[in-house]
Amino acid sequence: MERIRSYVDAVVEASDQELQRDPSVILFGLDVDDPKAIVGTTRGLAVKYGPARVFGTPLSEDAMTGAAIGMALAGLRPIHVHIRMDFLMLAMNQLVNIAAKSSYMYGGQVHLPLVVRAIVGRSWGQGAHHSQALHSFFMHVPGLKVAAPTTPHDAKGCLIAAVRDDNPVIFMEHRLLYFERGHVPEEPYTVLPGKARITAPGKDITVVGISHMQVECLRAAQHLAEVGVSAEVIDPIWLQPLDMDTIFASAARTRRMLVVDNAWTQCGASAEIVSRVAETLGGEVRVRRLGFAPVTCPTTPPLEEQFYPNHQTIAKAANDLVCGSPQGWCPTVPHDFEAAEAEFKGPF
Amino acid sequence: MIDRFYRSLYRIRRVEEEIARIYPSDKIKSPVHLSIGQEAIAVGVCEALRPDDVVFGTYRSHAYYLAKGGDLKAMLGELYGKATGCAGGRGGSMHLIDVAHGVMGATGVVGTTIPHAVGYAYAMRYQAKDSVVVSFFGDGAVDEGVFHESLNFAALKRLPLVFICENNFYAIHTHRSARQAFPSIHKLAEGYGIPSECIEQCDPVCVYDRVRPAVDRLRSGGPGPYFFECLTYRWKEHVGPNDDFKLGYRTPAEAEPWKQGDALGRLAGMLPDHERRRIEAEVETEIAAAVEKAEQAPFPEPNQIMQHVFKES
Repeated sequence: MERIRSYVDAVVEASDQELQRDPSVILFGLDVDDPKAIVGTTRGLAVKYGPARVFGTPLSEDAMTGAAIGMALAGLRPIHVHIRMDFLMLAMNQLVNIAAKSSYMYGGQVHLPLVVRAIVGRSWGQGAHHSQALHSFFMHVPGLKVAAPTTPHDAKGCLIAAVRDDNPVIFMEHRLLYFERGHVPEEPYTVLPGKARITAPGKDITVVGISHMQVECLRAAQHLAEVGVSAEVIDPIWLQPLDMDTIFASAARTRRMLVVDNAWTQCGASAEIVSRVAETLGGEVRVRRLGFAPVTCPTTPPLEEQFYPNHQTIAKAANDLVCGSPQGWCPTVPHDFEAAEAEFKGPF
Repeated sequence: MIDRFYRSLYRIRRVEEEIARIYPSDKIKSPVHLSIGQEAIAVGVCEALRPDDVVFGTYRSHAYYLAKGGDLKAMLGELYGKATGCAGGRGGSMHLIDVAHGVMGATGVVGTTIPHAVGYAYAMRYQAKDSVVVSFFGDGAVDEGVFHESLNFAALKRLPLVFICENNFYAIHTHRSARQAFPSIHKLAEGYGIPSECIEQCDPVCVYDRVRPAVDRLRSGGPGPYFFECLTYRWKEHVGPNDDFKLGYRTPAEAEPWKQGDALGRLAGMLPDHERRRIEAEVETEIAAAVEKAEQAPFPEPNQIMQHVFKES
């Protein structure tokens, strides 16, 4: 029997169930207890668990990240929530120099069970400071785990896994994934680090879709099927640790791999995946990356549209890779793809 | 009580002097930021604390590490980069730690552990524990934004925390008059609604007498935090075992009153001769044994480099 919930519901449920289960779990961040409740993802938690466990903070991302670290040293399990991933820039010293490094530089004497939730913004002119997905920064530094669930099921399972993990986890959500609906079991469960999922089996090309691009890749696979190209779509789910075995097995079969990241390609997660495939499978696999245009995210709609890969540009790139040269084909857009995002009226 | 202060102060001073003596041999493969001249502050503060209290600090870590009860053998092992080091040889002097004795870390980036102390203090209130938290930092950390954020949140939540600013007037070679628009550090802290005072004499008894009542009030559930600006002077160079007056940014004349007023000499004079000599002999024996142990201990195995990136479930 399916229990359909939204991504937002899944995040609330995971938080609620872990707060319920373990009194050492606390949750804080700017505005987590305000009427909008971080797009609904913290709704009801402040009232249910009280202000000692769920609380809003001053605008002090640096010190509050440090405070989360101090709480973790004292045995608490903090969840620190940011409504935009861009704001993590204010916390980089604590995240990169302390959270990532404490277990190692103290020879295993301490561990930091810390979860940092961050939302990637998009559309209605989110622009330069409300649109960044900086997961590659955190994948780069040894000592941080990074999760990027794309479905309600995985959002709940990854968040519970992250809270129960004794290591720091950067938990990247995407504003447009909040509209996703799917089966979410009621009981608590984990989606553990280091296992990817094949979301659409195929034989002609491997398409890895990260974060919101997973949705666009699955749409692209439908376009490709109409022209006889069978795409195998993979969702990494966790970016650190990253399940390369699933990707290697697929790419070794299909001999073509397109990685579509919700981020810039240069020095990004897509560059990492392509590099590892090149090192392991050598010249056997034709590779390509798609991501943000190499510019700051613009706000005006005609430029903002171009900034992002979409299901058409992904399908075109995949087809070109399968054929071995640029083809004229680019799919047209069926209306029902856009239905979910029509709910989104902005500003948030 | 004077004997306890003297033992702690003499021990730290002699450890630092031994490190300075050994350093040119290159056996200590770690930058060392020596506490010589400043030890009295950590001694006075830590005498006011219980074993279950915790301290956080900075790269100038040896004094508070030892004063709080950190293991001396583990500290020297760490400086030598040996497997017996408190961080298994992976952190060095700037990342000393001794969780069992409440020494919760040190950092190479100024100001970084101040919010850790704030979070730990929050956890103490949350867990209804009566342990007190101390945050050690220098006047340089007062320039950093995270200092201000931390004081604000600690005051907002009235946390069981004591801020100790060791004001030695310099951040490396730059005097605070070139860095700070505000004339007084402790008056700046007062602006956050935090009871703040300045302790002008770098003496463990003075520091203890002023800090102990604040610790007691916090322990019995009273609101915090408290802020103490403790004036002091760094005798040696910023990092390393030598003097650096030849660089010219400060003069021996400036240092002289501090050296004359050194609490070590003052406390020595307050003890009966035989007791002072007994304490010193015990300390010298302890230090010699710890140095010997560090010299003999093995390095970590090279194949252990990948350990401790994550805690495995």
